[in-house]
Amino acid sequence: MTKKDDQKPIVFEGASDMPPMSASQGSMSVNKTASWRSIRPIIHEEKCKSCMICWKFCPEPAIFPTSPPTINYDYCKGCGICIEECPFDAITSEKEGK
Amino acid sequence: MSAETKKVRLTLPENEVMSPGHLACQGCGASMAMRYALKALGRKTILSVPACCWAVIDGPFPYSAVGVPLQQSAFEAAAATASGITNALKSLGKDDITTLAWAGDGGTFDIGLQALSGAVERNENMIYVVYDNEAYMNTGIQRSSSTPHGAWTTTTPVKHYRKGQKKNIMEIIVAHHIPYCATANIAYPEDFIKKLQKAKSIKGAKFIHLFAPCPTGWKHGPDKTVKIARLATETNTFPIYEVENGVYKINKKIKNVKPVAEYLRAQGRFRHLPEDELEYIQSMVNKSYKRLEKLEAAFGESA
Repeated sequence: MTKKDDQKPIVFEGASDMPPMSASQGSMSVNKTASWRSIRPIIHEEKCKSCMICWKFCPEPAIFPTSPPTINYDYCKGCGICIEECPFDAITSEKEGK
Repeated sequence: MSAETKKVRLTLPENEVMSPGHLACQGCGASMAMRYALKALGRKTILSVPACCWAVIDGPFPYSAVGVPLQQSAFEAAAATASGITNALKSLGKDDITTLAWAGDGGTFDIGLQALSGAVERNENMIYVVYDNEAYMNTGIQRSSSTPHGAWTTTTPVKHYRKGQKKNIMEIIVAHHIPYCATANIAYPEDFIKKLQKAKSIKGAKFIHLFAPCPTGWKHGPDKTVKIARLATETNTFPIYEVENGVYKINKKIKNVKPVAEYLRAQGRFRHLPEDELEYIQSMVNKSYKRLEKLEAAFGESA
């Protein structure tokens, strides 16, 4: 995940610049989806048992499987699945843009 | 990442093939499904995707979110395209690459049924996964033949809600006598990944019916996706079973079955339903689960 994040946007200057076939050239990780978020999930280390259920159910994936897990706020869309699924209530939400 | 990071025990493969930044809605069940599928099958996979949500989620040219080759096809041609890919790979002698056809319920239950029937009848060496969100979600929530009884969609509005049962696609595919058919649910990713890895090891046509909720179309909060998917199995609305060479096996037998009303009331698309309709849906669910149990008793491992 980390290596691809440094990718630069691909720009075509003109028709001569276009690839011979319409095959994809790069990863969608250029598209930072952080601005979609209206709530921000926060992991509280003292309650976290590193069960990795948040990592398992993250649809992005925007959670790194470390202990305790870390959230990649560049991509988190704020769906709240991690908050809902955490069995120890170790993830809480905060309103974004406060 | 802190220095005291220690190794954690993961229940799923750690590799991430799919990249973040894709265009799925918040809490999308289909994006979780693709993440699990690519975890299970790895980078040596070629995808065949017809017009469906995943045609959009993957992103615009020149970017792609899946990290593997993806061939986009016409709405009805997911299985036909996958047949072509798998036969081309066979001619090239590349037998370590998996062909995965990935279609929504519209492209499988309705529009793609003919191509799918043809491909599984020829027993093409591919895995076909239908991620079932129970309507044409990408085009704006129109009713499909997978929409369950009582559901609201834009073409079956509240006063004229969908009447009639959901099509039993599993029985249709089982009738083609293919080596492996299974149902799976995104709330049980371990089970889904195990089934995909099993399917990968089998030669011939494999079919997986995957349950993937859609927060936008089902009118529930994006955080409830996994909870609702789990309720579907816990209420026996969507039982998890597999059919291997005609042998039925229910993989998840629920001990304390919850009432279907709990699953229905969690979603906005069933909000209008009166009590007698809930009872009717409960009776239909009981009936179809009983039928499945009878099939397991008659054609199971013990039979």
